[in-house]
Amino acid sequence: MVWKIFLFLLLSFVSVAGIGFPIVEKPSAWYEFPFIPGLEENAKIIFFHVPTAWLTLIAFLMSTIYSFKYLRKKNLDDDAKSYAAAQLGIIFCILATVTGAVWAKFAWGSYWSWDPRQTSIFALLLIYGAWFALRSSIESEEKRATLSSVYSMIAFITVPFFIFIMPRIMKGLHPGSADDTNAGPVIDFKMNSNMQLIFFLSMIGFTILYFWMWKVGYKSIILRDKINKQLIRG
Amino acid sequence: MSLRSKSYALFKKDFSSELRTRYAVNSLAMFIIVAISVILFSVGNEKISESLTGGLFWVVIFFTAMSGLSRAFVSEEERGTSLTLQLIASPSTVFTGKLLFNLILVFCMNTVIAILYSALFEAFVMKNFVLFLTSFILGNIGLAAASTTIAAIISKAGAKGTLYPVLSFPILLPLILTSVQLTLFAIDGTSFEESKFELAIVVSYDVIMLTASYMLFDFIWKD
Repeated sequence: MVWKIFLFLLLSFVSVAGIGFPIVEKPSAWYEFPFIPGLEENAKIIFFHVPTAWLTLIAFLMSTIYSFKYLRKKNLDDDAKSYAAAQLGIIFCILATVTGAVWAKFAWGSYWSWDPRQTSIFALLLIYGAWFALRSSIESEEKRATLSSVYSMIAFITVPFFIFIMPRIMKGLHPGSADDTNAGPVIDFKMNSNMQLIFFLSMIGFTILYFWMWKVGYKSIILRDKINKQLIRG
Repeated sequence: MSLRSKSYALFKKDFSSELRTRYAVNSLAMFIIVAISVILFSVGNEKISESLTGGLFWVVIFFTAMSGLSRAFVSEEERGTSLTLQLIASPSTVFTGKLLFNLILVFCMNTVIAILYSALFEAFVMKNFVLFLTSFILGNIGLAAASTTIAAIISKAGAKGTLYPVLSFPILLPLILTSVQLTLFAIDGTSFEESKFELAIVVSYDVIMLTASYMLFDFIWKD
């Protein structure tokens, strides 16, 4: 219970500080953010866009890990955990796509420009859309768990190509692309210290939120399965 | 019998049953003609750019592969012979045999597509033919490996026909994107040295996909 209050306070602080702190040319007080050329006021979305993209990766990684566990132990609870993680993953993936598109509109001029990272987040949406389509087409529980585990492992092989290789060798608009000379404000940590603090607090807060949501999600899936089985047995 | 001769026997069985019905070959040939003529109709008398032909080339390859390659495992399920196959052969044998069959099919089909393309599109001329050949062979291996595995998953699932392209596309996307890039390089006449990154991606994709398919096929094949 205590950590839920802590999480609430943390995320409230991040939301208020992230949106409310002013951006000035030369920050002198602790509640002022520095002016970043080219980003200006848009820089604030970094506190919400980057955590969602990070959680997408975490969620899909955990979904794959529990798929692997299912294939080894054949325990249906692991499949429920993998399913709950993928559900959250797709929610955060959509959030990352939308916040990214909004940011792109104001920073680069259009909502969508097939930047390598936009392509890769789109590919992630496709992968997990296909994964849910596969799950819904199989009736038998064990078969569904096995086949979707195998597919999620094969699909996750392609994820490093999208996330780590393509954005770095292809020309793009995100910081850290092949034609980018300075690695960008995030990778170089050119944000000043209070911006960094709120950025990492936001990352931590969102990660805890993810784990909480994931726990509630898989528990409800397992309980629903149990109740369904009891109803069938009469 | 050794693993190699066993999978070769399976390949020969598929090959002769294919010769008897000519299902995949006929449908693939028709599909190639239909897809290319749709492109020709929509292009009309306009000249299309080199970069567009490179992309359209892989569009035709992808959709042709989607129409023919799922056959490998779906036919076994439909004829009810998959249980017998499970009894008499080990999973790796089955996978090798089917992969061999799909590889031959992909190579034949893509060679036909490439020949038709260079005959029908003026812009589809390779300045660096060796680079095109290398990327073509590597791309075909990756295509066959990924789609054989997906075909095995599909054969055990419910809605077989519609799911196949949906499941394959995201898996094949890194391969297709880099192959399109390599085809454009070949049309532009870029040297091997400059395209080594893209070649490395395709090679690593092939290796990883083949390894993962062999490791995971046991789980798909045994109910």
